[in-house]
Amino acid sequence: MSTTANVAHAATETASAVATSLPVEQLVQTPFVATFTIFVLAIFIGYHVVWSVTPALHTPLMAVTNALSSIIIVGAVLQTVDIGGQTITLTSVLGAVAVFLASVNIFGGFAVTSRMLEMFKKKKK
Amino acid sequence: MNLIAQHADWIYLVAAVLFILTLKGLSSPTGAIAGNRYGMVGMALAVLVTLVIAPSPNFALIGLAMLAGAVIGVYRAKTVPMTQMPETVALMHSLVGLAAVLIALAAVHNGDQQHSTVQRIELFIGCFIGGITFTASVVAWGKLSAKLAAKPLKGGWVKPMQIALALGMFGFGAHYFVTESLSSFWIMTGLSIVLGYFLIAPIGGGDMPVVVSMLNSYSGWAAAGIGFTLGNSVLIIAGSLVGSSGAILSYIMCKAMNRSLLNVIFGGGMGGDDAAAGAAGEAVQRPYKSGSADDAAFMMGNADSVVIVPGYGLAVSRAQHALQEFANALTAKGVTVRYAIHPVAGRMPGHMNVLLAEAEVPYEQVQEMEEINSDFGNTDVVLVIGANDVVNPAAQRDKQSPIYGMPILEAHKARTVIVVKRSMSAGYAGLDNDLFYMDKTMMVFGDAKKVVEDMIKGVGH
Repeated sequence: MSTTANVAHAATETASAVATSLPVEQLVQTPFVATFTIFVLAIFIGYHVVWSVTPALHTPLMAVTNALSSIIIVGAVLQTVDIGGQTITLTSVLGAVAVFLASVNIFGGFAVTSRMLEMFKKKKK
Repeated sequence: MNLIAQHADWIYLVAAVLFILTLKGLSSPTGAIAGNRYGMVGMALAVLVTLVIAPSPNFALIGLAMLAGAVIGVYRAKTVPMTQMPETVALMHSLVGLAAVLIALAAVHNGDQQHSTVQRIELFIGCFIGGITFTASVVAWGKLSAKLAAKPLKGGWVKPMQIALALGMFGFGAHYFVTESLSSFWIMTGLSIVLGYFLIAPIGGGDMPVVVSMLNSYSGWAAAGIGFTLGNSVLIIAGSLVGSSGAILSYIMCKAMNRSLLNVIFGGGMGGDDAAAGAAGEAVQRPYKSGSADDAAFMMGNADSVVIVPGYGLAVSRAQHALQEFANALTAKGVTVRYAIHPVAGRMPGHMNVLLAEAEVPYEQVQEMEEINSDFGNTDVVLVIGANDVVNPAAQRDKQSPIYGMPILEAHKARTVIVVKRSMSAGYAGLDNDLFYMDKTMMVFGDAKKVVEDMIKGVGH
């Protein structure tokens, strides 16, 4: 943990030299442009990778991308938390329902994709 | 645990790379199976790391929700018939959309979290894309599974309604942004959910392949939007991959139907039941030749090469397995049999390929439009079964035709054409098809499955 703290500390120092008025918690967060860079580059990767997908497998592609977009479960888990010692809050209940919905998709999406891919495999030989 | 927490971002990176490999694997059927496993591993890693780093997570609630989701998801995945894949995928999109909405709502109600100005915009974007995706996908699911009328919602009030909803949504979103008013956020969410309905309801059932691909894209953008709020790179990467994947599929579908995406979204074109086109088709009675399943079987049994053009009508009458049996009988007689697949042969991208794979048609026998179109001139017999518009030569010849410019399978170039159809009625686009009236064409009327079964008997002796 100490390294993380050091980095955060260093970042705070550098940034506060530039803009002393901003609260500390915002400075240690990843700057928007960094996440946006990831976003733009990922779109490019997606564009190139998806064009190489054979048209015969477009339905499995849609099923598996459904499972992948359910990575949103990460956001849901982060909301299914105890707040101020309380277990059941509006936030935790909404979060849990979102975990449920995303899980249906993750398990269902991967399972139905492998079921389809098995059909294609059998015919290979 | 501590070690995992310290390296959380590294593990997220591994997950993101595994997700990219998942999509990359789909360039071949063999690589795809490994790719799918990479995806599962990546997902498991991402979830585990999140459980470790989440501040005071409620493991009981999370575990219960995951278990219930896993049971329902796996059960559905094991039992769903392949013909119902399009509506199943639409339903899955709606779940992603709804999950995004719930996460955004949970976040704005989370007293432990402060939201910066940038995060408020991101929450707003993630939430409204999720809301639209949710109801839009439910409507698409309803239309695909025939639980809602496939007919488009029409009326002059539809467009002003869409605009008013969109303006209201952005207005309340802006109000939330400035004041952090929770009620504005809820109203904004509600409006986005209603807007989703009014965006898709005016689109006809025939355009659903495009719509499903488009919503695939939306569900990815919703995930990316939530990823921005959390500053979580794996969400952003996975969301963007899915977003661009859906966008490419929409583009491919639009091209195959000769439509522009804007044209599909804002209506017009092939509504599925254009009265004018239908009436014009019925007005002229043109001569055509018809024959029996036995005649067809005899012709194909004596041919050197046969190309089968399957359409959705084949799947509707569940004739895929019988068709493959027939193809095997022909192959046993030394006939070269191949299948020609139009991109919109099914109800979603690649749907027909899955239906044929399920019927154990060898992967090598199935060819895409670009691969096989130049071969039709050297083909003895083309068997068109349950397809219509995708073999309509008017798309190449008749500049007046609504489908002019749409890429087609050039079945009319073969030496002989056999068309299996219920009747002479028009296809999805409501158009007459010149192919049916050509001298070298023989119509075989009847239910696809019944006809194919008769053909199997016919080729046997």
